Amino acid sequence: MIEWRDEGALLSARTHGETSVIIEALTRSHGRVAGIVRGGISRKLAPHIQPGAQLDLTWKARLDEHLGTFTVEPKRSRTAQVMGDRLALDGLNSLCALLSATLPEREPHPALYDRTMALLDLLGDTDLWPLAYLQWELALLDELGFGLDLRSCAVTGGNDALIYISPRSGRAVSASGAGDWADRLLPLPPVMLGSGDATGAEIAKALGTTGYFIEHRALKALGDRPLPSSRQRLVDRIASLS
Amino acid sequence: MATDDSTADIERLIELMARLPGLGPRSARRAVLHLIKKRQLQLLPLAEALHRVGTTARECLNCGNIGTGDVCGICASEKRATGELCVVEDVADLWAMERAGVFKGRYHVLGGTLSALDAVGPEELRIPQLIDRVAAESITEVILALGATIDGQTTAHYIADRLQDVKVTSLAQGVPVGGELDYLDDGTITAALKARRSL
Repeated sequence: MIEWRDEGALLSARTHGETSVIIEALTRSHGRVAGIVRGGISRKLAPHIQPGAQLDLTWKARLDEHLGTFTVEPKRSRTAQVMGDRLALDGLNSLCALLSATLPEREPHPALYDRTMALLDLLGDTDLWPLAYLQWELALLDELGFGLDLRSCAVTGGNDALIYISPRSGRAVSASGAGDWADRLLPLPPVMLGSGDATGAEIAKALGTTGYFIEHRALKALGDRPLPSSRQRLVDRIASLS
Repeated sequence: MATDDSTADIERLIELMARLPGLGPRSARRAVLHLIKKRQLQLLPLAEALHRVGTTARECLNCGNIGTGDVCGICASEKRATGELCVVEDVADLWAMERAGVFKGRYHVLGGTLSALDAVGPEELRIPQLIDRVAAESITEVILALGATIDGQTTAHYIADRLQDVKVTSLAQGVPVGGELDYLDDGTITAALKARRSL
């Protein structure tokens, strides 16, 4: 019998049979892992089996390739914290959907786990959350091997007036370096470089760029999946922030 | 039980019963045996009722409730045209509301909740029909009676954003009747504290 214990955040849950639930959780040492929770729809457990919940997880299976069974011990619920907040709800849905769609199963990403926990702890903070989410998406791309290189212009090598990103290489391009290719490049809003005003419109524009790379690099490599619709709802919500 | 031609129909019935929620092969076998013993009293009336429901049950074209006509009794009743429309996730939720007997308006069954992971978008639910109904039936208040789950509340906010010209309310969340704080999860206590009211 294989058994391990770890802490993780719940990404998704769907009912299995009449009493059980199949959950997916992001753990620090074991990455994204799925397993059955027996009695998961019971009144005792159901309130804790919600996306974003922090759980103490024990995973058991006879063979490593089996789906396995989780025993869950609730540590912290985030459901009540986000339920009345549209931005927090859309953010949580987008985060969970992206992790579920892009992360390979059972591959640990401790750095991304720590960033994800920090982002979940900020849920409900309307002032900080959109920018933190943008930085989290950049970190996600980095972790998946499609990180953007925004340090200098891919054409001139300089680091002045970087306002575009090459959709092909993911490298920054300056205004002078873009030349006639400008209309084929993606926008690089200053907020992605850590400068300028972090307004809703600017962050939404930056999320348009990160969304391109998530869709055309990370998800394409996994069988041309579309971007989760919840992410678009989040981008629309952020764009409407003043 | 040994299977031969003489018992094949009974075995088939047991197999079908065993697929019902709450039943397994053993309980299905007991139920079938019981029905056969009470043939006149239970088996034949049950078979007749199943046949009737099987041929007549359908979704109400207006609200999504299940009835035996194109329009269900609630939608057909003029007394229920109070201007209040209660939005529920599933027919089981509608029946639960009706059992409580406190709501006198009409319903709208969505058929699920938005779910990014299961790729359930607004078009997969009866949200466009809801928006049409609100305009067509002179609705004054839409009550969102959706689950206190992430998916349920995401759906509630999505609907509220699309119904700007009508009063939109949702069910309260907090301590259940007969509940003791000691046994409640921290999420429920947080929701209850946020929704506290003056006495």
